[in-house]
Amino acid sequence: MKIYVDQTRCQGHSRCYMLAPDLFEIDDYGQSTEKINVHLPSELEEDARLAAENCPEFAIVIIE
Amino acid sequence: MSNNIIMDGNYLNIDWANDFDILNSAYIEDPFSIWETLREECPIAHTDRRKSSWLPVDYDVVTKIAHDINHFSSSEILVIPIMDGEPNPAQPILPYGVPPISADPPLHTWTRRLLLPWFSHKSVERYRSMTTELCNNLIDKIIESKHPDGARDFAQQIPVRVIATMLGVPTDMTDTFTSWVRDFLEFADDRERRLNGARGIFTFLIEEIENRKSSPKNDLISELLSSEFNGKKLDSSLVLGMSILVLVAGIDTTWSAIGSSLYHLATNHNDLERLVAEPELMDLAVEEFLRAYSPVTMARVVTEDIEIKGCPMKKGDKVLMNFPAANRDPKVFSDADKVVIDRKINRHVAFGSGIHRCAGSNLARMELNVSLREWIKRIPRFKLAEGGVVTWAGGQVRGPRELPLEII
Ligand code: HEM
Ligand code: SF4
Repeated sequence: MKIYVDQTRCQGHSRCYMLAPDLFEIDDYGQSTEKINVHLPSELEEDARLAAENCPEFAIVIIE
Repeated sequence: MSNNIIMDGNYLNIDWANDFDILNSAYIEDPFSIWETLREECPIAHTDRRKSSWLPVDYDVVTKIAHDINHFSSSEILVIPIMDGEPNPAQPILPYGVPPISADPPLHTWTRRLLLPWFSHKSVERYRSMTTELCNNLIDKIIESKHPDGARDFAQQIPVRVIATMLGVPTDMTDTFTSWVRDFLEFADDRERRLNGARGIFTFLIEEIENRKSSPKNDLISELLSSEFNGKKLDSSLVLGMSILVLVAGIDTTWSAIGSSLYHLATNHNDLERLVAEPELMDLAVEEFLRAYSPVTMARVVTEDIEIKGCPMKKGDKVLMNFPAANRDPKVFSDADKVVIDRKINRHVAFGSGIHRCAGSNLARMELNVSLREWIKRIPRFKLAEGGVVTWAGGQVRGPRELPLEII
């Protein structure tokens, strides 16, 4: 699984960072980016799904 | 019943689909069952009271409108304007409004960017220890009090002090700020009272800004004064508008959210017991309280005729951004009307959706988290006081204003 944050959609709700601080980084303006841009270790996959399912802007893209 | 709730008779006489009234006491006390009826009948209600206005209750409609900034402008964000159809008395003082909340791009974009770093995760952490200490001082007094009130003696006292600290204005004036903000936001049909609240805030902040021009401090107002956009210093009226927004936006809202959460815990013992036993659930619980008791409804104005789900919205109509109802949409949330404190999937929009996402959301979350954590640590068992009456304010911001509690 790979993930990325669609920068045109992210509005900085920070839900992803709160749920999965290992996977996302938030800048001073609230904008989120993925920390890992290669295949995720399998133990982080569930966190990635959880973050995607809680993002109010549908900004987290998962590539299975 | 508190006097800010307008008693206008039996709510059953109201045709909610065709002539809704969000200031009706029934709507303020229990909007949930009204939304449920509307969902079946007519998911975008309408009224000609005050002005042609629409009230969507579905998540997809509310978020779609929030994202369609071309058809739906933020130039009218008050749910009930102070002066409908008359020239706005604040216009000469605030030619730019109170951006970013009342602005559309491009003004929205850069004014928002000036504020955001003050509310980043890193920045709000600076206020955590003062919030913790403040909550504990309040709890000390509550434990001693014979008739503690969770809204008045606790929730109401917290956000105003944090915001005053950030703005750099005297924290001993917090009661005055609170009453100005309440006058301005909560007494929808009392125009004089609202104007008074607005005047109080304006006059006070104008002076604070003037003082900082000659002697800058290390606070948000001073930083706005020294900021530049396109190589030019910000106009004082813009700094005033933004300072007003920060003062107003962070007080009633967060206090309402803290109060509603305490109300929930006072009336749901299983949830209280579980949170006391598993405080690590607090982050999830806070999101769930925000979803189920979303305090904030905003407004937009239609800029160009558009049809949404068969409803003909005309230029100049108002749309109420019903984030609270969107958050109870059963098409999006399972058991939408149930509070599930460890809800795993919770895409709520209590802080809005799209470009106006609450700039203070990290701060609000920190305050909610700290205040509830400290409360349940020190007061793990409490309930509504026997015979006490809970009163709610509603309209733009919904939350308990009197919450008599008994510590057990
Ligand atoms: C639980 C507490 C809070 C809730 C539920 C809340 C809710 C909201 C909502 C729904 C919006 C979007 C408005 C719209 O779409 O028109 C908003 C905007 C805003 N809020 Fe909050 N808010 C809260 C606390 C705060 C705090 C503590 C601050 C800090 C001062 C704050 C500052 C702002 C600002 C500056 C905006 C305008 C953002 C923009 O237009 O780009 N809010 N808030
Ligand atoms: S939850 Fe979504 S909108 Fe919020 S910061 Fe993360 S990616 Fe951005």
